[in-house]
Amino acid sequence: MTAILHIDWTSCDGRGLCTELLPGVLDRDDWGYPVARGKSGRERTDVPLRDADREAAQEAVFLCPKLALSLQERVAPAREGRKPGR
Amino acid sequence: MWAFGRVSGFISLALFTASVLLGILNRSGRPLLVLPRFSISLLHRNIALVATVFLGLHVGSLLLDSFAKLNPVDIVVPFLGSFQPFWQGLGTVALDLVLAVVVTGLLRHRIGQRTFKAVHWLTYGIWPVAMAHALGNGTDASSGWFLLLAAASAVAVAAALLWRLSPTFLETSTARQGNLP
Repeated sequence: MTAILHIDWTSCDGRGLCTELLPGVLDRDDWGYPVARGKSGRERTDVPLRDADREAAQEAVFLCPKLALSLQERVAPAREGRKPGR
Repeated sequence: MWAFGRVSGFISLALFTASVLLGILNRSGRPLLVLPRFSISLLHRNIALVATVFLGLHVGSLLLDSFAKLNPVDIVVPFLGSFQPFWQGLGTVALDLVLAVVVTGLLRHRIGQRTFKAVHWLTYGIWPVAMAHALGNGTDASSGWFLLLAAASAVAVAAALLWRLSPTFLETSTARQGNLP
């Protein structure tokens, strides 16, 4: 199980509370919007979190002024090349 | 009870003023000196909640006071009071709207952003109503220190409102306007 911080871009207004609460995870672009550090593509919208960041992420979800954040638990995808049951 | 009712009314109004100012600042997305944005958000909420507690004490103590002659109905229905029903009714209006704002504020995650925001806009109406109630109904409204406090609060809120309506209100406004001249 990994926690994933989902950013709803239609709600996000770049107010910057989440980037303050999760400075190690989220950077801020010139327009104020959060950018996941070192991530690209899908992982900029569904940001995987380390366990240490989970509490701060919950705070961010609670305090986001636009309710644009949500935490999702996701089962880690099975590794390629391993076929279960064989 | 009478003295306590008056003082708690002042404290409540002063705290609500502070909360309105912090709310406007929070909307701009700017931090305040050493306070980060999320602290301002929490401070805005907590000051509003403390103000609501003092509002409860204000109404509760005057309800028990023999001089104010407040009826339990006056808490819910405005403009029925025996003493200055109009000005007292403004207090009732403010109280009922504050309760709506507090409940929707605390249930923000349940009721959704749209409903929360629609009700939260009421605060811009509540503040002047509460101030008018204090000026019109308060027995200390003619004393100098109260007028000074009221005037300072009104100036602060009006200035914050003008700032709120200015094009450079948002922290990111310059960047989002594309640095146009």
